[in-house]
Amino acid sequence: MDAILLQILNGLDKGSAYALIALGLTLIFGTLGVVNFAHGALFMLGAFCAVTVQKLLSLSTITLDETQKDFLGRPLEIKTPYVESWFGPETGSLIIDWSVPLAILFAIPVMLFIGYVMERGLIKHFYKRPHADQILVTFGLAIVLQEIIKYFYGANPIPTPAPSAFVGSFDFAPLLGLDTSLAYPYWRLVYFGFSTLIIGAVFAFLQFTTFGMVVRAGMADRETVGLLGIDIDKRFSIMFGIAAAVAGLAGVMYAPINSPNYHMGMDFLVLSFVVVVVGGMGSLPGAVLAGFMLGILESLASLNEVKAVLPGIDQIIIYVVAIVILLTRPRGLMGRKGVMEE
Amino acid sequence: MSFLNLTRRGLIQTGAVAGAGLALPTYLRADAHAGYTNAPTGNTVTLGFNVPQTGPYAEEGLDELRAQELAVQHLNGEGDGGMMNTFSSKALKGNGILGKKVTFVTGDTQTKSDAARAAAKSMIEKDGAIMINGGSSSGVAVAVQGLCQEAGVIFMAGLTHSNDTTGKDKKANGFRHFFNAYMSAAALAPVLKSAYGADRRAYHLTADYTWGWTQQESIAAATEAVGWETVNNVLTPLASTDFSSYIAPVLNSGADVLVLNHYGGNMVNSLTNAVQFGLLDKEVNGKKFEIVVPLYSELMAAGAGANVQGVIGSMNWNWQLQDEGSKAFTKSFGEKYGRPPSNSAHTCYVQTLLYADAVERAGTFNPCGVGEALEGFEFDGMGNGPTLYRAEDHQCFKDVLVMKGKENPTNEYDTLEIVEQTPRAQVEYAPDHPMFAGGELGQCNPGA
Amino acid sequence: MFGIGKRDSTLLIIVAIMALFAPFILNPFPTGSAMAQFNAGYPDLMQRFVIFGIFAIGFNLLFGLTGYLSFGHAAFLGIGSYAVVWMYKLLDYNVIPGLFLAVIVSAIFALAIGFISLRRSGIYFSILTLAFAQMMFAISYSDLIGRFLGTTITNGETGLQVYTSDPQILIDDWESVPHLLGIVEMRSTYTLDAGAWSFDFNAGYYFCAVILLIMFYLAIRIFRSPFGMMLRAVKSNQQRMNYTGLNTRPYTLAAFVISGMYAGLAGGLLASMDPLAGAERMQWTASGEVVLMTILGGAGTLIGPVLGAGFIKYFENIFAKINDNVLHSWFAILPDGMEDFMVTIVHPFVGKGWNLTLGLLFMLVVIFLPGGLVEGGQRIGRVFRRRDRNAGSVEADAAKQRNPAAE
Repeated sequence: MDAILLQILNGLDKGSAYALIALGLTLIFGTLGVVNFAHGALFMLGAFCAVTVQKLLSLSTITLDETQKDFLGRPLEIKTPYVESWFGPETGSLIIDWSVPLAILFAIPVMLFIGYVMERGLIKHFYKRPHADQILVTFGLAIVLQEIIKYFYGANPIPTPAPSAFVGSFDFAPLLGLDTSLAYPYWRLVYFGFSTLIIGAVFAFLQFTTFGMVVRAGMADRETVGLLGIDIDKRFSIMFGIAAAVAGLAGVMYAPINSPNYHMGMDFLVLSFVVVVVGGMGSLPGAVLAGFMLGILESLASLNEVKAVLPGIDQIIIYVVAIVILLTRPRGLMGRKGVMEE
Repeated sequence: MSFLNLTRRGLIQTGAVAGAGLALPTYLRADAHAGYTNAPTGNTVTLGFNVPQTGPYAEEGLDELRAQELAVQHLNGEGDGGMMNTFSSKALKGNGILGKKVTFVTGDTQTKSDAARAAAKSMIEKDGAIMINGGSSSGVAVAVQGLCQEAGVIFMAGLTHSNDTTGKDKKANGFRHFFNAYMSAAALAPVLKSAYGADRRAYHLTADYTWGWTQQESIAAATEAVGWETVNNVLTPLASTDFSSYIAPVLNSGADVLVLNHYGGNMVNSLTNAVQFGLLDKEVNGKKFEIVVPLYSELMAAGAGANVQGVIGSMNWNWQLQDEGSKAFTKSFGEKYGRPPSNSAHTCYVQTLLYADAVERAGTFNPCGVGEALEGFEFDGMGNGPTLYRAEDHQCFKDVLVMKGKENPTNEYDTLEIVEQTPRAQVEYAPDHPMFAGGELGQCNPGA
Repeated sequence: MFGIGKRDSTLLIIVAIMALFAPFILNPFPTGSAMAQFNAGYPDLMQRFVIFGIFAIGFNLLFGLTGYLSFGHAAFLGIGSYAVVWMYKLLDYNVIPGLFLAVIVSAIFALAIGFISLRRSGIYFSILTLAFAQMMFAISYSDLIGRFLGTTITNGETGLQVYTSDPQILIDDWESVPHLLGIVEMRSTYTLDAGAWSFDFNAGYYFCAVILLIMFYLAIRIFRSPFGMMLRAVKSNQQRMNYTGLNTRPYTLAAFVISGMYAGLAGGLLASMDPLAGAERMQWTASGEVVLMTILGGAGTLIGPVLGAGFIKYFENIFAKINDNVLHSWFAILPDGMEDFMVTIVHPFVGKGWNLTLGLLFMLVVIFLPGGLVEGGQRIGRVFRRRDRNAGSVEADAAKQRNPAAE
């Protein structure tokens, strides 16, 4: 029982990551109709925003300590971060410690900008081109982006820890009156909360603002909205920026969970497409629902009791579920008719 | 059946005549007179360095490449000579190999068997490489070793830790300097016993591929021999990036040690996840919970950051060793590249020198001669104490290092500390040990 | 000729001549010169060019004609390889039984996967094929079926290979590597030294090249047949086809199976050249690669996919090998400062940065040549023979075909 509860909890957390990535993708892919193979790269760039902020905050002055030696017998270099010399050692190290949350402030404008530029400079010219061409150009872009990151940061994962206040885990067992342990890391709980917040914000934005209303109308019927004299193109560019920001934020907050590396985007790329399509093309709630559902099912499939009966089921569960859903529901969970069905 | 045989032989002969040489099995660019593949004809000899340059192990590959370039410099008499000065064999004179200047070509394995074989073939077929060196995974090592056996060149394996490389999949043309899962386990078990006690219950998470399986089998056997109990072994998909669903159940399993049979990105993530779950802060069965990472590398330790602190694992070699060979190599490497070498860099460097030395001693580049010179070769001064290249399975036997994540690192390279240098005698095993059974070395193949 | 039109015959003959003289065409630079780095005329890469060409031609029969974008075609490539290696293990090193088995088994799998996946269209079809292929990849990579049955089917991540302990009931003493009916070993190579140049004539390459020509010819026949017309009709408007009372499913399924058989054959040939079958051949990246090859070359054209395959394999194998040493030797004639400067400039794009170059080229090609490499060829061709501008060549036909696809 506690094992199942634990995996459901875990699935909610995993699912929130899937949902957040899929939400950004479906804004571009399910609604603007662009097959964006660079979406994983946007997620990766978000994670590297966190790395960059951490590196910037840790920029140091170097003093030589003659009493200690480095591995070649030279005087040891002692690094003192600028923030520590400016704000004093305590405040300084606190700022560095909180670099990941601080990176959110950095990532929002950066990712909005990257998304906007990407749309204006490249994607805009591909709305009318075949999907095949979109695949090629966005895949090329994804490779270029990740190679640029590799050039500057190397191929090794870079540890980007969460603030030390979030180290450790919270035990749900006493709350539920169980006598076993039901521990879950604080930072993952933060991630879950953060994801639901962002997902809620995006929905509210599209639902309750005029901007969102126009964009939704534009998704349904672009030409009519254009005929009404509304500059829908401009709003779509902004939507692209928002989608990039959502992907980026998903990446920033993910950085402490797994050390970011340059190819992490590709690891999530296929999965995010599966989530979006299982959720149904053109449906935002569908993508979120599918994200949580696949996250929970994947966690449950890794239960030892399940694996004992079906060895290796945890490796293929997502694909099995995807096949079953797409065969029983022609347009995924909540797909709209006629989107990417030709 | 014999009739079929006859026709086939007939066909072969006819083909040989009709095809005017096409049908002659002259492999690649072999000089028919020299009698082996890619016999060097001019005043240079070409070595092939096949390392991952893209993909998750690119950084490790880069470090291997640095070491190999350094080895080539030293062989050609440039630089300070590094380990050539401390190497017990004095056959190398710093004038190349057999008087021929050493040049090298590089390939990208991408840590994929297919790509690695393509890169190795390209170096053998196009560039005339006389040997292939390097690599960062056992799957790739086994694949390239098989290729080199067919092509008739020597393969000096880089980082490959699976028992199979010199067990089930051993080949006469392949040689491994790196240690293996069995040796890790043999070195770790006594240290684990003295550090954590004999009454421990271990929970294994194992990467679901060949290396993971052999590693888990070895560690489980060795720890059970010192009294530990293996509670569970859970196979995790290689493609996993998030191990939370495998780590979450550990605390309720009654285990008090978690063994992570993962390497590379898998290990960085699973260790990070395990520390996030606060496993190291828990007490189970009245004992402090511990994590063990049987195979460490400097780059993984750097990737996992503070999470490695206090975690025990093993390594083939480390730059902090204080013997003359290690000091010479670390100095030479550090002065050229500004950083200490990793243990995979060390292996690739040593393998290059060992190959060159064997050629000098054999007096020929012929892989069969080189193989013979390497088989049963005893040497010292290469950083691991007295070492033997065993003839039966082409595995090196030497001291193994037990490492621990350092609590207070003073700089970015200072992530691990040496706990113990396990003597060679303790990690040796018989060539027909069941974990290594099933394969055959076969005959050396000179190609041509 | 051969029952195909004049233009198609010309194309076929050009391809045949290119294939025949590939060892010369691909080795234009003298061995040992600085430019020799760019030579691609060595057996392994030549074999890869034609094998991936076959793979891409087959993929294009599905995607180019029907518009159905399969994202799981690598599954058939892997199956083909496993089939051939299993024949080595059970019978002997003759490649022919394995190749037949590869085509048959991949056809069976394609029939099953296609039958299910073709119930959906568009992106839903793509994800279904992807899901099947990824499942097969996971199963092969950890040898889940083998583990379930307590034996070895795919030998996991190490890859399936031949051991001396295998049954090999037809093996003869002289067999140690793949061969064709005992006539010639696949690795046999005759090297022609002509002055500073050297050219490799490899038996395996010519075997693959002959198969490529046959497959190319079949593809032309399919393109020009009523069946091919039907498939194009499916692409341009499936709904209209359905309204006319035609069930298009059997046609698309047939195209899917044929395309899967091409992939199986290509996979089988890979294992025929090099007796190893690994699960990585089934991974989504491999499926994605053939999609990229086809689009890069020009989807829906005859020769495009082959060009795309050659393009990608060339960069993967040639650019990855250019290290700093090579760069220094190229720029050695420049003064020291300039030499280092040039090396620094070029360094990020070669060696470990070969992916960057490939990514940039993908973008450049698709931005400036919307019809892929074939369109590039046509543009060059147009410059030389302006008179022909209005003549509808094969490739121009196909290029016209694809334009209305945008929606």
